[in-house]
Amino acid sequence: MSIEIRNLTHTYSEGTAMRTVALEDVCMTIEDGEFLGIIGHTGSGKSTLVQHLNGLLKPTSGQVFIDGEDLNGEHVNRRALRQRIGLVFQYPEYQLFEETVAKDIAFGPKNQGLSKEDIDERVRYAMDCVHLDYQKYSERSPFELSGGQMRRVAIAGVIAMRPSVLILDEPTAGLDPRGRDRILSMLEQLHAEQHTTIVMVSHSMDDMARLATRLIVMAEGKILATGTPREIFSQEKMMMSAGLGVPQVASLCSTLRAKGFDLPPDLYRPEELKEHILQLWKNKNKMNLSGKEGSPC
Amino acid sequence: MLNNITMGQYYPVDSTVHRLDPRMKLILTIIFIVAVFMSHSFVGYILLLGFLFFACKMSKVPFKLLLKGLRPLRMIIILTFLLNLFFTSGEDLWVSFWIVRIYREGFMQAVFYSLRLIFLVAGTSLLTLTTSPVALSDGIEMLMSPLKKIHFPAHELAMMMTIALRFIPTLLEETDKIMKAQTARGADFESGNLLVRAKAMVPLLVPLFVSAFRRAGDLAMAMESRCYHGGEGRTRLRVLKTTRNDWIALGIVTLLLALIILEGIYLKGVLF
Repeated sequence: MSIEIRNLTHTYSEGTAMRTVALEDVCMTIEDGEFLGIIGHTGSGKSTLVQHLNGLLKPTSGQVFIDGEDLNGEHVNRRALRQRIGLVFQYPEYQLFEETVAKDIAFGPKNQGLSKEDIDERVRYAMDCVHLDYQKYSERSPFELSGGQMRRVAIAGVIAMRPSVLILDEPTAGLDPRGRDRILSMLEQLHAEQHTTIVMVSHSMDDMARLATRLIVMAEGKILATGTPREIFSQEKMMMSAGLGVPQVASLCSTLRAKGFDLPPDLYRPEELKEHILQLWKNKNKMNLSGKEGSPC
Repeated sequence: MLNNITMGQYYPVDSTVHRLDPRMKLILTIIFIVAVFMSHSFVGYILLLGFLFFACKMSKVPFKLLLKGLRPLRMIIILTFLLNLFFTSGEDLWVSFWIVRIYREGFMQAVFYSLRLIFLVAGTSLLTLTTSPVALSDGIEMLMSPLKKIHFPAHELAMMMTIALRFIPTLLEETDKIMKAQTARGADFESGNLLVRAKAMVPLLVPLFVSAFRRAGDLAMAMESRCYHGGEGRTRLRVLKTTRNDWIALGIVTLLLALIILEGIYLKGVLF
């Protein structure tokens, strides 16, 4: 399932003193099966952009096409399209409302009109995806869980609808490192095993370095750059001008390069850097050894 | 989804009217309301209309926005007009067919009563459009403070009002967000009969209440940790001061009231 956005502009409070342009002439496509990262400073229009992807916001001008179909066209069943594009909002744990975890996760599938058995199967599947034990948690109240667990329940509520595209707006915001790691590894698994197309909004460059197959950098309502993480993260100056940084690995790598170490300019994953540094270390030792052998003493 | 609520919405520009002391603006509004009720003739209504235009111009609030505040009341205004038109009897019969009798007096009364409603709403929304809710409740507190002598909790009341007003936009935003989140999960708030719709509100109301209570708890904690303990001995960051402009405005509005009273005494019955 592909999503195409053409010349999308969105203005809040049009025609009043509070008028703000949130998005300006944005064009992009989301390919089937990719893990797209959208990064940008606060107020750069990321959240506004993702809300257009399933028709929750209507463009001021421009179009959104889902598999070639105009999302805001006249005879489009937006509810049906919405179910194929799951959107997880920022702080989704604040949308929980049911008495038990299982019932809350079942809300989406129930709205899809599935049978009781199907719903139950979906709930088990979704809880499995987010690494919550069905036996242990399904009958508990979502309000007595920890923040990270609540968030996973909320994400499960969207996964249970089995969307072909899963969009997450800052899924790791405000979580401790362990909660964050859980969510990220869960997304990684979902992308690798279920081949779900994932769009993730974040300003954590390290999260993006770990997961994204492609990145879009946004600034002031416009797309500043797009490319693979390797392409994007090697342009440290551009990232700084957008009010962003680069992953810790990339910045460490550029510091080392400035000190004269022979490293490639586009490293951004911890494993890569480790390999290169070990290589340098070995070479250095070899040189030292050969130097000793060649010395006259 | 929820961005078309104008009643009592502050319009943030800088103007002479915006800078007036909120206490004075409250008094001015009361005088204006009295003037509206004192006016009984054509001249009086023209004066009121002229004043509204003038005040609107001075406040830099677009006239359209003022009219938008009237929209929720349009049914009441139309009903007032029709009731007065059809059910007032008088001497000068204009139209008469079947059981309908329209008198000249009835028509005049219908026009005046509807205009009165329109002026009242427009005048008071001018107050809320030009005064931020916080300034407004500050003004109310100060005006009510003489009542503290008889143990009337003016400060507590004003604080409650300030907090309530402060959280309206926040809760609206929250409602909007939760509504969107549940819509994304396939919830449907718009179709079905009354019972279905009421049931569809549960996924919206439960999270909204939970977050309202959470916010209230957080706020109470934040206030206590900053040693808030009520009005006794509390000083203000923004001390309200009356300036020359306030007195000029008071002069203008008092003049308006005086003209309308005079016009009521001398011109009544001259034009109608």
